[in-house]
Amino acid sequence: MTTTDSPQIAHTHSHPTPETHLTAEEQEWVNAFMNDTTLFLGPDPEIMREHSIAERTPLETRILANDLDPLVADRIRRRLAGALDEAFEMCESMGAAPGAKWADLSVAVYTASGDVAYMSNRGVIAFSAVLHHPIRHIMKYWKDEPTVGINPGDGFFHNDARFGMVHNTDQSMLVPVMREGEVIAWVGATIHEGENGACEPGGMPSGSETPFDDGLRGSPMKIVERGKLRRDLLTFLQHSTRDPKLMLADIKVKMGAVKRVMDIVDQSIEEFGVETFVGSIRMTVEDVEEEVRRRITEMPDGTVTVNQFVDSTLKENILIKFAAKVTVNGDRLIVDLRGTGPEIINRAINSPLASTKAFLSQAILSYWWPDLPRSTGALSPIEVISDEGTWADCSYDAPTGQNLQASFRAFSALQIAYAKLQFSVTEKYANVLAPWFNQINNFLWGGTTQHSEQVGNLCADLNGMSGGAKPFQDGEDAVAPLFCAMADTGEQEVMEEEVPFLQLVSKRVVRDNQGFGKFRGGMGYEMIVAARNTPNWGFMTVTSGASFSSVAGLFGGYGCPTYPLAMVKGINIFDIVKKDPSQFDLSMERVMNEQPFEGGKYQTYHMGLQFDVAQEGELYMIAQGAGGGYGDVLERDPENVLEDLRLDRISDRVARDIYQVAWDPETFAVDAEETQRMRDAERQARLKRSKPYAEFVKEFVKEEPPADVPYFGSWGQENDEHLYATVWGHNGPERVEGTVDEIPLITVPNRHVVKIGQLEERIRELEERYEEVTQHRT
Amino acid sequence: MKVPMTEYLYIDLESERWQCRVCAHDLGDARGNYKEGTLVYDRNPEEIHSPHIDPTKYKYTFSPDPGFCRILEYCCPGCGTQIEAEYLPPGHPPTVDMIWDIDSLKERWARFGENAVDVINYGPDENALADLRPRYDEAATAPAAQS
Repeated sequence: MTTTDSPQIAHTHSHPTPETHLTAEEQEWVNAFMNDTTLFLGPDPEIMREHSIAERTPLETRILANDLDPLVADRIRRRLAGALDEAFEMCESMGAAPGAKWADLSVAVYTASGDVAYMSNRGVIAFSAVLHHPIRHIMKYWKDEPTVGINPGDGFFHNDARFGMVHNTDQSMLVPVMREGEVIAWVGATIHEGENGACEPGGMPSGSETPFDDGLRGSPMKIVERGKLRRDLLTFLQHSTRDPKLMLADIKVKMGAVKRVMDIVDQSIEEFGVETFVGSIRMTVEDVEEEVRRRITEMPDGTVTVNQFVDSTLKENILIKFAAKVTVNGDRLIVDLRGTGPEIINRAINSPLASTKAFLSQAILSYWWPDLPRSTGALSPIEVISDEGTWADCSYDAPTGQNLQASFRAFSALQIAYAKLQFSVTEKYANVLAPWFNQINNFLWGGTTQHSEQVGNLCADLNGMSGGAKPFQDGEDAVAPLFCAMADTGEQEVMEEEVPFLQLVSKRVVRDNQGFGKFRGGMGYEMIVAARNTPNWGFMTVTSGASFSSVAGLFGGYGCPTYPLAMVKGINIFDIVKKDPSQFDLSMERVMNEQPFEGGKYQTYHMGLQFDVAQEGELYMIAQGAGGGYGDVLERDPENVLEDLRLDRISDRVARDIYQVAWDPETFAVDAEETQRMRDAERQARLKRSKPYAEFVKEFVKEEPPADVPYFGSWGQENDEHLYATVWGHNGPERVEGTVDEIPLITVPNRHVVKIGQLEERIRELEERYEEVTQHRT
Repeated sequence: MKVPMTEYLYIDLESERWQCRVCAHDLGDARGNYKEGTLVYDRNPEEIHSPHIDPTKYKYTFSPDPGFCRILEYCCPGCGTQIEAEYLPPGHPPTVDMIWDIDSLKERWARFGENAVDVINYGPDENALADLRPRYDEAATAPAAQS
């Protein structure tokens, strides 16, 4: 449930309806008139703000009034689970999208109302908490609409997150299961397709400034009619994106996957009957909801607060807060997102609330209780308090091209909160865990391939997020994305057959790229790419975390470092290496520090690079992120420190200054006595340099955010409805404060215009200093 | 009874106090914010996450920008164990990250009837066995714990 009118909510965007004094008959006339004259059926707030499972349908009520044999229900469930996993593998094997090939998809069975009853074990779990929205829309608006309707064999497509999707790059195929003219269930397949016709290739534009820049705006539409793919709509969809072949191929792949599940659904209904089938899937949804409530009661009552700070709009550096207070009270769990920064109306980082909630569910079903069936029931009993108009609950008019910036923070908020909520719980369903890395440090790309095809998509390295440390072992390196169980980072050599760039360095761990701790987080790897053999190519990156660490550690452990994008423009590395093969010794550290290539323009950038045209052989370099560390660094086993040192995973500095270990540089043997002395001394040094909390707070805490940093969100947590923001007026940036509806619309100026202004000002200064008189005509 | 609430923090149910698991140092009222009982250091993040690429040449270097990010290191005043490391914008009030309902916690463990440090583990993994017993000598340190 999203609370919008409970006493806990001070702010609401709804307005009271004036008293109408209409009779029932008159009201009916008004309703009929309004229905007949509706100009536009946009996302329905009644559908989009609700994440609880639907009320039972009359059929479900009737069936569940009688006892349903749980063993039969389990047989149906297992059969569906097998079919869904098989359909998942079909998509993975046949899908044209890179995302499909590396598990960024899911296949599911839904109740008639759209609640996910069961989902493929692998893939994106977040889809279990977001795809009920489009089905509810179809059932509410299209089922009885004479020009649309729902018939056996129909299939519905959508991709727009404002109608319920993780983000606009995902595309669905939702197919009704019908008996005697009634919808009794749904089967759906959803794939991260990549290219969607946005202002930049690849489907996740960091540069979008309006919703129209986000690409295809597919509201739920009937793309398949009685088993036949509608060519007119297909053509429209193909025509709207850069990769028409991909669009056709994967719509067919999704139809095939759904057909496979549908066969098993039909067999199950034939064997057990409609009522048993419908009852079984509804029972699964309700059982999950009930079990989640029970597990909430196992956690101690209290409030855990997680504040996160994101350092970029993907065009300029800012600080925007993602606030979360997670309260357990008996069988209630309340996630209060107030204090989160306001939306920025011309930047791509905003997220619709439904997409944000999907990642609350992702945390619950993958990191809290991974044993539960992936179902809408998992998030259903959890209450969410959120102010519409914030960047995690954005308005219809906000661009959302890179909404993962906000929605992934919902995941991290619950992942971090759970480490504290669950610590004292005796029966755990997942291990205590430091924060998982939460950015898709990756290259998106687009242009003309060596086969003369237009493409736009991304490297599968987005799946190379590193795991957080556990209290008993180090985190795993580049193991899996937070959003996708058992994904893969793909084979670069396979990709190079299809796209005109090479990963000159791929999957080499970056030294010191580590969340330090008693147990360290998993480490991220380096990627260096360069375009080759293409008339037209470019790269982009879509993440934050170049100035403020994206994840912290847990219980004394440190978080990840920050990550730059480094580029060397104006060179052709292929020519250089051809002349001198020794120059193939590439690493970001060596290339950027030694600047070995004459004529190269060496530069760093934050990780939000809009589509950048790449000449042949120019270098683009990034690193995957590290997971958070666990526990005090001084408790790390010195042998583990030395093992990392031997493998060049850490530098001498980190071994000596962070972990406080002494060793013999010849033999790498730990000097246990000296290590003990160093660690004792460091503990004493901590006591000496640190201040009592009250004294520290008095000195450290300021009334307001730093004046020179554009800041968005509450300051502290005592009054999370009072937000700070930076707005740009006639005289440049200006700090404002107030509730979310009191703060003016935030539009960030074009950064190039800002830079030109700064440069012009500098020119004026220099002209004055050197008394050069120049007439500047405007 | 002592209930481990994090790797280094107990709540002592009888005294209703936060306590360091390493040295038994008293960290304040368990109904309040344990951070109030700690010592804190404002760490320049460049000292932990040092630059990999030359900061004199480049703006983004793998090091957090100290104008954007600070690391607040909380340690136990008794033993210097680092209890928490919090990444915050400069000047932002420290997050009160945990407030527990102590009456409910007491009732829960009374109902459960087992000693918390004996039954809490790190999770279902076969390696997730936890030894969350006090690291200090309970008999020797108990009188000093209420300092």
